[in-house]
Amino acid sequence: MSAKSDGIGGLKYDKSKKTWPNEFNIFIALVVIVAIFEALGQILPYMNSQSFLFDTQDRFGTIFNEARLRIIILQIAIIGIISLGVTQVIISGGIDLSSGPLVAATAMIVMSFAQTGLVNGNPNPAAVFGPWSFDLPVIVPILIGLAFGAFIGSINGTLIAFTRIPPFIATLGMFLICRGIAQWWTRGQPVSFPTESYAWLGSGMMPVVWFLLLAVLCHVLLRYTVYGKHTYAIGSNEAAARMSGINVKRHKVLVYMIASMLAAFAAIVLSSKNLTAQSGMGLFYELFAIAMAVIGGVSLTGGRGSIIGTVLGAMVFGVIQSGFTYVKLDAYYQIMAMGAIIISAVVLDQWRQQRAAARS
Amino acid sequence: MSGIELHDMGDIILETRDLTKHYGGVHALEGADFILRKGEHVAIMGDNGAGKSTFVRQITGVEQRTRGEIIFDGHPVHFDGPLHARKAGIEAVFQTLALADHLDVPDNLFLGREKTWMDWLGPFRFLDYKAMRQDTIDALEKTGVKIPNIRNTIQNMSGGQRQCVAIARTASFHSKLTIMDEPTAALGVQETGQVENIIRTLKEQGEPLVLISHNMRQVMDLVDRIVVFRRGRIVANLDKDETDHQDVVAYITGAKTQPEYEVAEMT
Repeated sequence: MSAKSDGIGGLKYDKSKKTWPNEFNIFIALVVIVAIFEALGQILPYMNSQSFLFDTQDRFGTIFNEARLRIIILQIAIIGIISLGVTQVIISGGIDLSSGPLVAATAMIVMSFAQTGLVNGNPNPAAVFGPWSFDLPVIVPILIGLAFGAFIGSINGTLIAFTRIPPFIATLGMFLICRGIAQWWTRGQPVSFPTESYAWLGSGMMPVVWFLLLAVLCHVLLRYTVYGKHTYAIGSNEAAARMSGINVKRHKVLVYMIASMLAAFAAIVLSSKNLTAQSGMGLFYELFAIAMAVIGGVSLTGGRGSIIGTVLGAMVFGVIQSGFTYVKLDAYYQIMAMGAIIISAVVLDQWRQQRAAARS
Repeated sequence: MSGIELHDMGDIILETRDLTKHYGGVHALEGADFILRKGEHVAIMGDNGAGKSTFVRQITGVEQRTRGEIIFDGHPVHFDGPLHARKAGIEAVFQTLALADHLDVPDNLFLGREKTWMDWLGPFRFLDYKAMRQDTIDALEKTGVKIPNIRNTIQNMSGGQRQCVAIARTASFHSKLTIMDEPTAALGVQETGQVENIIRTLKEQGEPLVLISHNMRQVMDLVDRIVVFRRGRIVANLDKDETDHQDVVAYITGAKTQPEYEVAEMT
C-alpha cells in the first residue's frame, strides 16, 4: 500500500501529508484545557487534590465525575442551540447580534401562550391573557415562538440583503428592538407557570437532547444540501456566487431566518427549563454564541467553519466556564478571562489563515 | 443586402453593428461591426487600450453601450448585467477570477447548477457529491488539466491551477458562446498548454469562442480568424490561413489598415 495516490492528469499526491481538519485542532485544545484544569486541581494547595473530570470519591458508577459533566453540557446546550444558527450566519459572511434579546422577547411571548389555568388550585397569578390562553396544546406556543423567530429573522435578512446595511448595524438595531419588546410585553412582569407538557420541553437533560438533535440537523444542512453549499459560497466570494446564478439576497434572508428560528427555539427550551420568562433573560447570549462559533474555528471573514467545530467550541466554552468555577476563580475574573479567550481565538485563527496563505 | 436584414441569418451566433462606447470624451470603442459564426473561433488582437476589453464588456453586459446593436443568436439583445448575458448563453472568463476560495474543485465547477437528489426539498435538496466528483474528473481529464487533489480548496492552488479550474468550468457549461479575456496571461508554459487544450476541446465540440490574447503563437495555433483593434476601431479582419505573424503585427502597430476599414479611420 503506497501512501501516494493518483490525482488528475497523472499528478501524485501524498495522502498522509493532508493537513488536519481544523476540528481536530479544536478537539486537541479541548483535551489540553481539561488537562490544565486537572493539573491545577493537583497543584493548587486549596484544591485538596480534587479531580476535575474523574470520579475520585466513588460517588458515581463510572470513572467520570458525572455531576460536573452534566452541568457543563447543560450549561452550554441552550446557548449552543443559538450558536448553531450564528455559525451559519457567520459562514455566509454576516453576523447576528440580536439573538440574546430575541431569546428574551420570544420567551415572554411564548410563555404567555403556555400558561396553565390553575396553580395549586388557585387561578394563575401571572396570567397575561384571559382564560382562552390557558392550557393550550404545547404545539401552539412552539409554533408561535418559531413564527416570531422567523419574522424577526426575515426582517434582519431583508434589511441586510436589500438595503445593504452592514449586518452588524442591522442586528444591533434588532438587538434593542427585541429587548424593548421583551420589556413591553408585560411591562416588565415575569411570565410564569407553564403547562406540564410545556415544562417537559426543557426538563432534565432535554436541552442537551435538543441541542444534539439540532446540531445533527444543521450539520446535514450545511454539509449535504444546496442550502449549505450556497451559504459557504456566499461567504467565500459573494460576487462569484451571484455570477453563478445563486439568488444571494433570497439566500441571506433564509440564513437569518433559520438563525433566528434556532434562537427562538432556544428561548422555548430556556423558559421551559426555568419555568418562567423574564425580560432580562439571555444576557450576553448573542456574544457567547458567537464566541462558541469563533472558538470552534468559524472564520469571521466568512466561508469557513463547521457545525462540528461549533459543537466542539461550545464544549471548550463550557469546560473553561466550569473549570474557572472548579478552581474557585471569582465570577468577575471569569467574565474578563472569557473575553481574553475569545480575542485569543480570533487572533489564532487569523494567524493560521495568514500562514496558510503564505504557504500557497 | 441593404436596408432590412434578416436577424436569423442562419449560422451567425453573434453580430455587432456600429457598436460604440464613449467614456465621457474618450472614444474607447467606435463603430465596431463584427460577425461570429457558429463553431468559429475568433481572436481579438490589438495593443493595450485598443478597445478589445471594452468591446467584450459591451457584449457581456458588464457595461452599457453608448450606441449600436448587438444581435445574439438571432435576436437583438440588451443585457443589463453579466448574469443576464450568462443566462442567455454567453459565458465569459474574466481576467479577475470568479471562484469561491473555500470550496473545492467540484463545488466550484458546479456552483449554482449542482447535481442534486430529493429535489422536492427545495433549497434543502441534497447534493449528489459522487456524480459531481466523477463529472469533474471526466471534464478535467479530457482537457489534460493537472490538479493533484480535486478535493483541495481552491485557495491552496497555484494561479495556473485556479485559472484551469475557472476555464474548465466555463467549458463545461456548453454555452452558446464563450469569451476568454487573456486566459493565459499569468500562466507558465505547461499551464498555458492545458488552457489551450480546453480551447481545442471547445472547437471540437463546435462551440464558438472569442479569444482576446497578446500571444501570437497561441492565436495562430488556435483560431480561424483574427480581428485587429486599433485606437477603438476594427482595422482588420483576417483569415488565419491567409495571413502571418508580420502581417498581423503590421495591422496592430498601424503600419497597415485593410481598405474596407480605411474610410472609418478617416472620419
